[in-house]
Amino acid sequence: MDTIILYIIAGAALFISLIRDRGKTKKALLKALKTFEGILPQFLVVLLIVAATLAVLDTATISKFLGQNSGILGIIGASLVGAITLIPGFVAFPAAAALLSAGAGASQIAAFISSLMMVGVVTLPVEMKYFGKKTAILRNSIAFGFSFLVAAFVGWVVQL
Amino acid sequence: MKKLLKRYMIAIIITAAFFAFAFLFPAYREKSFSSIVYQLKTMLLVMPPIFILLGLIDVWVPREKMIKYMGQGSGLKGWILSFLLGSFAAGPLYAAFPLAAVLMKKGASFLNILILIGAWSTTKIPMLIFEATSLGARFAMSRFAIDIVGIILIAGVIQATLTKNELVYI
Repeated sequence: MDTIILYIIAGAALFISLIRDRGKTKKALLKALKTFEGILPQFLVVLLIVAATLAVLDTATISKFLGQNSGILGIIGASLVGAITLIPGFVAFPAAAALLSAGAGASQIAAFISSLMMVGVVTLPVEMKYFGKKTAILRNSIAFGFSFLVAAFVGWVVQL
Repeated sequence: MKKLLKRYMIAIIITAAFFAFAFLFPAYREKSFSSIVYQLKTMLLVMPPIFILLGLIDVWVPREKMIKYMGQGSGLKGWILSFLLGSFAAGPLYAAFPLAAVLMKKGASFLNILILIGAWSTTKIPMLIFEATSLGARFAMSRFAIDIVGIILIAGVIQATLTKNELVYI
């Protein structure tokens, strides 16, 4: 759904640009292509690693880490699994919902979702290329630590 | 040609490793392949509009405009704009990095870029609605609330840690 909106926006922008100035539009498209090709090798590496990881870490394996009463260790495990995997939200949320109804704690699930979204170990090389080593590592480390705060807060609110 | 080969060297090695993995572990073979097809599809579907927008921004948006709305001293307006831009975006986080690079080149402040990255990673509105339906509104809303705090916190800490020189370099 959001991808369709993205296409509509990009299509409309391209159309307006084309009417306004053909030369500039051509330049923009060439730039788009060049930027894409520039990052393609890194993207391919990310995709391959993600595909292999997802094949090994399925819902059943993940649920072992996030099982009921897994406590603080479960939260740490959940954050680690979230940090190294790259699962799209519409796959992760139903899986998380299934885990939740199977008895996993809200804190563990929150830690998992949070680090899944904010921390990307596999995408770290791409991030470093754009922002530099220090910023990329700093951002991911703080986000990882932050997932524990999210776990505590969401766990507390859900319980209220 | 040689240069091209050098750039893709790691990708080629990882591809070889991927096939080796799939053939050495038949149990994971089918899943690995369906997974890579899915990942490639996502990338090919989401990337074209993002990169087209990125090219158009690069060509059309004047530097002064970008500085005014998202640059140093754009203040709260800049924060909100960055947050909304990230929250309404589509695509995986790695798609945000090239876009962020173009915005930065055009004069957006580093703090605003960090807010954009934070929002892109975690407060996407379509995702939030989906999260609320599968995990409950209480879960989704409390995560959304704490994430807003987190985004600002992370952006602020990184901004404060980097020295002036490092900021210029980026």
